[in-house]
Amino acid sequence: MSEIPDYLKRGYITPGELFSIIPKPSEDRLRERPVAVPECPQEIPCAPCREVCPTGAINMPTPNDLPVVDYDKCIGCSLCVQVCPGLAFFMVQYVGDRARITMPHELLPLPERGETVVLLNRAGEPVGRGKVVTVVPREKSRGDTPIITVEVPMELAWDVRAVRVEG
Amino acid sequence: MRLTEHPLLRFERGREVTIYFNGRPIKAYEGETIATALHAAGIRALNYSVNKKRPRGLFCAIGKCSSCLMVVNGIPNVRACITPVEDGMRIQPQHGRARLPEKAKPPEFRDAKVVRADIVIIGGGPAGLMAAIHAADAGASVALLDENPRLGGQLIKQTHKFFGKREQFAGVRGVEIAKILSEELRKRENVQVFLETSAVGIFQEKDEKLVFAVRKNREPVEFRGRAIIVATGAMERSIPFENNDLPGIYGAGAIQTLMNTYGVKPGDRVLIVGAGNVGLILAYQLIQAGVEVKAIVEAMPKVGGYFVHAAKVRRLGVPILTRHTILRAEGKERVERAVVAQLDGNWKPIPGTEGTFEVDVIALAVGLRPSIELLQQAGCGVRYVRELGGHVAVRDGWMETTVRGIFVAGDSAGIEEATTAMLEGKIAGIAAALRLGIAGEEWLKEIEGAQKALDEFRSGPFGRHVLEGIKKAMVVGG
Repeated sequence: MSEIPDYLKRGYITPGELFSIIPKPSEDRLRERPVAVPECPQEIPCAPCREVCPTGAINMPTPNDLPVVDYDKCIGCSLCVQVCPGLAFFMVQYVGDRARITMPHELLPLPERGETVVLLNRAGEPVGRGKVVTVVPREKSRGDTPIITVEVPMELAWDVRAVRVEG
Repeated sequence: MRLTEHPLLRFERGREVTIYFNGRPIKAYEGETIATALHAAGIRALNYSVNKKRPRGLFCAIGKCSSCLMVVNGIPNVRACITPVEDGMRIQPQHGRARLPEKAKPPEFRDAKVVRADIVIIGGGPAGLMAAIHAADAGASVALLDENPRLGGQLIKQTHKFFGKREQFAGVRGVEIAKILSEELRKRENVQVFLETSAVGIFQEKDEKLVFAVRKNREPVEFRGRAIIVATGAMERSIPFENNDLPGIYGAGAIQTLMNTYGVKPGDRVLIVGAGNVGLILAYQLIQAGVEVKAIVEAMPKVGGYFVHAAKVRRLGVPILTRHTILRAEGKERVERAVVAQLDGNWKPIPGTEGTFEVDVIALAVGLRPSIELLQQAGCGVRYVRELGGHVAVRDGWMETTVRGIFVAGDSAGIEEATTAMLEGKIAGIAAALRLGIAGEEWLKEIEGAQKALDEFRSGPFGRHVLEGIKKAMVVGG
């Protein structure tokens, strides 16, 4: 029997584990504009991300292959974040000393632009506070999933993957 | 307890009506089932066991188990989970084996209404709907029956977006797929639909096949056709542990039915048993409905479902305890607590590792087994295939069983995804029309296309064991 990866024992993946499976975007690329990062480490039969990508940046020979993003081709449009049935795509961008994370948010309430929210890591632990800079509501989302972009301290760029809206 | 706000769903409730539980008036809405309305009113114990008089509540919520049998207007053994409320209905818990009142008479089948079609389809879920649509398009007349009050099968409670390719509805939510397929079906004039209609047996009479059914618990209907497609879905499994029959212990699907189909909160604090796709998806949907999920326990050393579903609930703070199991449920008339423990390498609970969760709901997401009773009764060859979830009908590449003219599709053919159920339904629908000489040869290409799509969907690591199972379930040489 093959060894079980740690992320399947825990239910979440660490950046270290993730980037041993897919390449990490370069610092330059992260500063240029948002870039799509799929956190999808299993071969599951699924391809909407590839099908929606306007620039063909998602490499996936068959639906059972892992999505691998060509970071040079990715224009940062976030359609993959909106359509992914597994809610496994995120966009990351470095802006000054902050990072901007785009993520799905299928919960109530949907935060408003400018609102401060509690930042959650992949284990659901609060790790700080951040400001919502963009909201795409469900009606405007291509995949029927609202998405939000939050600004977080740079050191949390690879940890924050959800938010809690207080109020 | 009724939900008014939801991030993905809008609940349209019917006219307000009053039902009476032990004489006590209870507010309900037309379109709700008896069990749903009682649940919304806080009533969990629906009947009491024969000997020890143990309280029992809802378990499957789709008419497959006997856990919700009640006495309705004096008639016993009514499945409260699939029987819609009617104004003034008198409902009582059933105590053990109930007697039919002297005055009441069961329906006589010789008086049954007769419905004729080329193809009779049992089950209006993803497989049955696709079978009906394609059989109709291939030129056959179709009669489709389902024992639930709505079409769509389990799609109507699936709020998550489907995986796969876009041409197979990938990225579309199950609830939306149910609407799309139901509308497509209604567009076809050669299809008759019968809801709240339970098939009770399949018989052969000369060249005709007969499906005996009962509509709305009282009206016998006889469906006559030359081919039958059985798309009866699956039944939620349970596992043995102390007090596993307490009201408040539901199959995962029952919670989805309450919460997503009817907009009724199942409870406030939930423990989920099983970290397969169903358990993981359920956890996410509970959070969306504003319910607290205390933990997911899983006996295996790893998450069994797709990792992405696990990641979704972990980042919202739900612990997944692998190598853990439930030891017992505690509570008087309903669940008040769940006691869990860690498992050792031999699947034995480790003493001293017990932990208690204060919960009012325990969700069992421990797998499904195919519903094959009608196929067995009809004399179809059956084999036990572990990879497909239990006993399944032997079939060929066209989904035809060992009884010529009886086809199978969807979970009743083996536990898989709704995506594969839809493809199998398409194959069975067209194949039945071809067998009857109704469809032209050009439809062969459609079957081949669906078979190719099935192969592709199953070609990854998650599909491999299913493929193994299907090999075992195939007619030798078929």
